Amino acid sequence: MKNMFLTIFLGILMVSVPLFAHHGAAAYDTTKRITLKATVTEWFWANPHCFLRFDAKDEKGNVVHWATEANNPSDMVNLGWSKQTLKPGDEVTVTLIPVKNGQPIGRIDQVVLANGKTLSARVVFKEGN
Amino acid sequence: MMRASLATTIALIPTLIFASLTGAQTASGQQAQSSKNQTAAPAPRHDISGIWDPGNEGIQPLGPRAMPEDGKLEHQIPYTPAGLEALKTHKPSNGIRSVLPSETNDPVVYCDPQGMPREDLYELRTTQILQTPLNVLVLYQFGKIWRVVWTDGRDLPKDPEPRWFGYSIGKWQDDTTFVVQTSGTDERTWVDRAGRPHSEDLRIEEKFHRVDHDTLELSVTIDDPKMYTKPWVALDKLRFKLQPPNFDVREMMCSPSEFAEYNKVIGKPASDKGPQ
Repeated sequence: MKNMFLTIFLGILMVSVPLFAHHGAAAYDTTKRITLKATVTEWFWANPHCFLRFDAKDEKGNVVHWATEANNPSDMVNLGWSKQTLKPGDEVTVTLIPVKNGQPIGRIDQVVLANGKTLSARVVFKEGN
Repeated sequence: MMRASLATTIALIPTLIFASLTGAQTASGQQAQSSKNQTAAPAPRHDISGIWDPGNEGIQPLGPRAMPEDGKLEHQIPYTPAGLEALKTHKPSNGIRSVLPSETNDPVVYCDPQGMPREDLYELRTTQILQTPLNVLVLYQFGKIWRVVWTDGRDLPKDPEPRWFGYSIGKWQDDTTFVVQTSGTDERTWVDRAGRPHSEDLRIEEKFHRVDHDTLELSVTIDDPKMYTKPWVALDKLRFKLQPPNFDVREMMCSPSEFAEYNKVIGKPASDKGPQ
């Protein structure tokens, strides 16, 4: 169990507006963050969104196949990511914003790499003039 | 009583943090601007060429920066009845009318061209402007789109065949302000990310004002009597910073095959409502 959900916390985290530019935020519960120990199965560097697939164990020790999206490559590069950042087999810690329907789908908030480096996937902007 | 007071305090925490961050961002932004103003050379005459970057402020996921669809009274757009009817048929995936990823009919999500004026009003990224004796060329990062703004004295076409990006002519209003008029746009496109509609009668005015050598401002006004009872300002002096001439603009494309993969892995499962 400890291997699975390291942290689930509820809170209002909208100190800035995270970007869900292309497909919107309607599917996501933006008040939640989930942090998981993950084994990367695919890092797809693509438009309109990069996405990361990984395996993580649930409370019962069963392996769950997660799919999580990030931003477009241009924004990701600006945040310090690259196509080479992740590869299958990497052991990382993923913090994500989950979808509301309970599926193992999420939006990457940040990833802590095996070497301890933290990469944020949050593009922040100010809305309105 | 104490519990209520504690709850109020907790509820206010995000607002206070947001206010402090916004304040900090604004202050540092103003400081940077002030510092820049002290060093930036004056704007050259009749020259807006260069590689310009609006930062993240050009993304505009809730609709145009001066008129986001956020439910605020000051952001109410003056729709005609036909405009409101057209709006209802548009299902955006951002803003207060947002739907689930699989339910949106936003044409840009499916990789249709953004068209005008949306190229200015959504995902406006690094933008290169080139000037020739006959026209001004605007090269957009999103979709690797270019537009031609004619400056050879021609008028807008009287009965244009609709185009995604319409027809554009431009004139210098003064030494540092270039004004572009656009008509003949394809009404299948949306004005913005929020799904504001337009008809083929849409007229767009873009005002590019070079404030100093390193700063460009863009204002955009929408005029479409079929959809809106009066013109409205979509962008109000959005600021761009001049980039070095050797700045390499990255690709930012909507790829239909990659979108299909995204939708299979993320979009559809995320939208699944389960047994109804």
